[in-house]
Amino acid sequence: MSTDEPTADDVTVDDAAVDEAATDAPDDEPILSLDDVNVHYTPGGVVKRALTDKKVRAVDGVSFDLYDNDIVVLVGESGCGKTTLGKTAIGLEQPTSGSISYRGQDIWDAKDNPRDADIEFTEIRRAMQIIHQDPANALNSSRRVKAILSDPLKKYRTELGPKEREDTIYRFLEFVDMMPPEDYAERYPHQLSGGEKQRIALGRALLMNPDVILADEAISALDVSLRVGMMDLILDLQETFDTSYVFISHDLANARYLAKRAGGRIAIMYLGEIVEIGPPEEILQNPTHPYTKVLKWSTPTVDPDLAKQRIKEDPPVREVDVPDPEDPPSGCKFHTRCPEAREVCTQEEPERFDTAGESDAACFRALETHEYWNSAELADAEQDEYDAQDSSTFGD
Amino acid sequence: MAIGQPNQSTEEETTETEDPDDDIVMSVEDARVQFGMSRGQAWVLNDVSLDVRREEILAVVGESGSGKSMFAAALMDAVEDPGHLSGDVTYYPREDESDDAPSTDQIGSYDAVGDDSIDVLGMSEGELSNFRWEEVSMVFQGAMNSFNPTMKIKGHFHETIQAHNAVLDERMEHVRDLFEALHLDPDRVMNSYPHELSGGMKQRALIALALVLEPEVLVMDEPTAALDLLMQRSIISMLRELRDEFELTIVFITHDLPLVAGLSDRIGVMYSFEFIEVGDTRSLLKDAAHPYTRALLRSVPSIDSNIDEMQPIEGARPDPVNIPTGCSFHPRCPIADDRCEIEDPDLVSVDEDHETACFYSDQARNELDYSLDHGTTED
Repeated sequence: MSTDEPTADDVTVDDAAVDEAATDAPDDEPILSLDDVNVHYTPGGVVKRALTDKKVRAVDGVSFDLYDNDIVVLVGESGCGKTTLGKTAIGLEQPTSGSISYRGQDIWDAKDNPRDADIEFTEIRRAMQIIHQDPANALNSSRRVKAILSDPLKKYRTELGPKEREDTIYRFLEFVDMMPPEDYAERYPHQLSGGEKQRIALGRALLMNPDVILADEAISALDVSLRVGMMDLILDLQETFDTSYVFISHDLANARYLAKRAGGRIAIMYLGEIVEIGPPEEILQNPTHPYTKVLKWSTPTVDPDLAKQRIKEDPPVREVDVPDPEDPPSGCKFHTRCPEAREVCTQEEPERFDTAGESDAACFRALETHEYWNSAELADAEQDEYDAQDSSTFGD
Repeated sequence: MAIGQPNQSTEEETTETEDPDDDIVMSVEDARVQFGMSRGQAWVLNDVSLDVRREEILAVVGESGSGKSMFAAALMDAVEDPGHLSGDVTYYPREDESDDAPSTDQIGSYDAVGDDSIDVLGMSEGELSNFRWEEVSMVFQGAMNSFNPTMKIKGHFHETIQAHNAVLDERMEHVRDLFEALHLDPDRVMNSYPHELSGGMKQRALIALALVLEPEVLVMDEPTAALDLLMQRSIISMLRELRDEFELTIVFITHDLPLVAGLSDRIGVMYSFEFIEVGDTRSLLKDAAHPYTRALLRSVPSIDSNIDEMQPIEGARPDPVNIPTGCSFHPRCPIADDRCEIEDPDLVSVDEDHETACFYSDQARNELDYSLDHGTTED
């Protein structure tokens, strides 16, 4: 924890555990550890549920670790399960199976057997906070900024009197550049701009002094020219408050910015699974998983010469539409769209392998010696079939 | 009906657009839209003049609340009450239409007055309802809400064709071509209800529906915003093909600058309810001349930009009731001086086919840096 930063020191709750952990090497002990987490939903109403046993695997066997001062950006198309995974990771949703540990303590064990728990469930809930996508709906429109920011302090820092609480709030407002703080503290949410509202929502989470913040598309609702500013603020606050972030984004360009600045990782999700995870430059410059290549193809560049070239390139998929999540393909879930898919991909599901580079990818192509390389190619054989089935293929 | 002989532009420098020639399909002159609000008059389009060229893809780029959707509404005289639109919007139909488009006889019951230009703002309600869709058509954001959930996709096409008294079989034949260009299976999609299709399929079906009566101009307001990245990119690629195949003019409205870098022929950048820079896509992106455009390019991370040079734009966007005097960007502009506070700059030519509304564009180009270079090579 940085002691030379007076603002932070004043605002932060003194927490010996944080101090201790921060001095350790970052990859020592994860702050949050997910192991083979599954979240399954049963879709439909009572009748449909009784008649079928179909399940949507919103999160399917995901494992990853989050360390102190770490950022993991979850990137994927809508419906890939990134929000469900995020919410499960911070204990807002109970997984169907698998475990989530906060500093070694299983979250749901702590809730079910409070007596055996080293860390109380309420303490875990405090340590992990969320910022929602749309700040306008996340703030109570009939309460002043001061009242909104007082709530976390009243609940968790009971030692503070009204005057001290006010000072803490003013210091936070100054820190996020909302000057003069006395003026902003008296405002209602409708008197704030979108960026200011998001800063208040961020402040409300930060004043809980959390270890982990889940930011669910936290910049998507902001004007494009303000997004970089918001991301920079998040990075500044991360440094000052020693907070780790799970950031959810559908935009690879923003994910790259955030992960690269913070030295974090990007995790690519497809149909409930993390198919590739690694440092941003590795993911973008040297992607291993064919789906990562698809996302890269989809993200436009602003350089007009490059863009003109790229717009003529065909998409690196055999089919544009995502398969029905109620009935995911066998084997590797991406094989129906994958241009590299071979016979073995339809039968066997790849684990996450170490690639030659710095990332891990759930694709047989990451392994130099795998039966994949001797397996029959799928792309041509099944091409016609897909064309006939679904018109939205790029058959040519 | 007033005849749409557009006023000669007052700015001398905008030479190339002085005379409406064949090149231009729509011209907007001094369009302004104002709303009466309790706090005063709000300007949401402020004396905007722009020509749309035939068969071009024009991107209109601006942040939320910059007036870009209002510009789209003005093109079709579709500004909603209590907003009031004044100025001139003129449409120039294709001259030799009868030669290459055999179906024009069902299209257009309004009078094309005199010298083949049509004053859009002078049309009656009936004329307007023919003009929209048959000459200028529009696709909105969020296709999911545009279809009637209880009607099959086919029904929507039939309804539209019949409402415009077109020949059903002939139009449906055209729809097949459109579906093919949009990679949709006509039989499957036509017989589906909207909820049976994915968002991307619905949006593509909606584009086909907008084009069923062979309009000259297609106006698209954030048409890909609600879609997944891959679908977004695919639709962008398809739009270029559509333009070439069906000889369309496309006006593409978006907040996403990288999205149109490869798509558009020209870009118009809006700030505070007017165009502050208009130019050829390459010239505008490579060497933007307005401080706002330069700041915007520096604030939008793209997949291969240099992230160390990224910087947000300081300050807040202007209040529509209280637009700053002079150049509306001056409170946020790093090189603004006294002149900018008093005098409102007009669009002047800075390069071939590139205009900007700034007194100090040379200085902006020299002093305000941004780069499109790959930041990935250095570490």
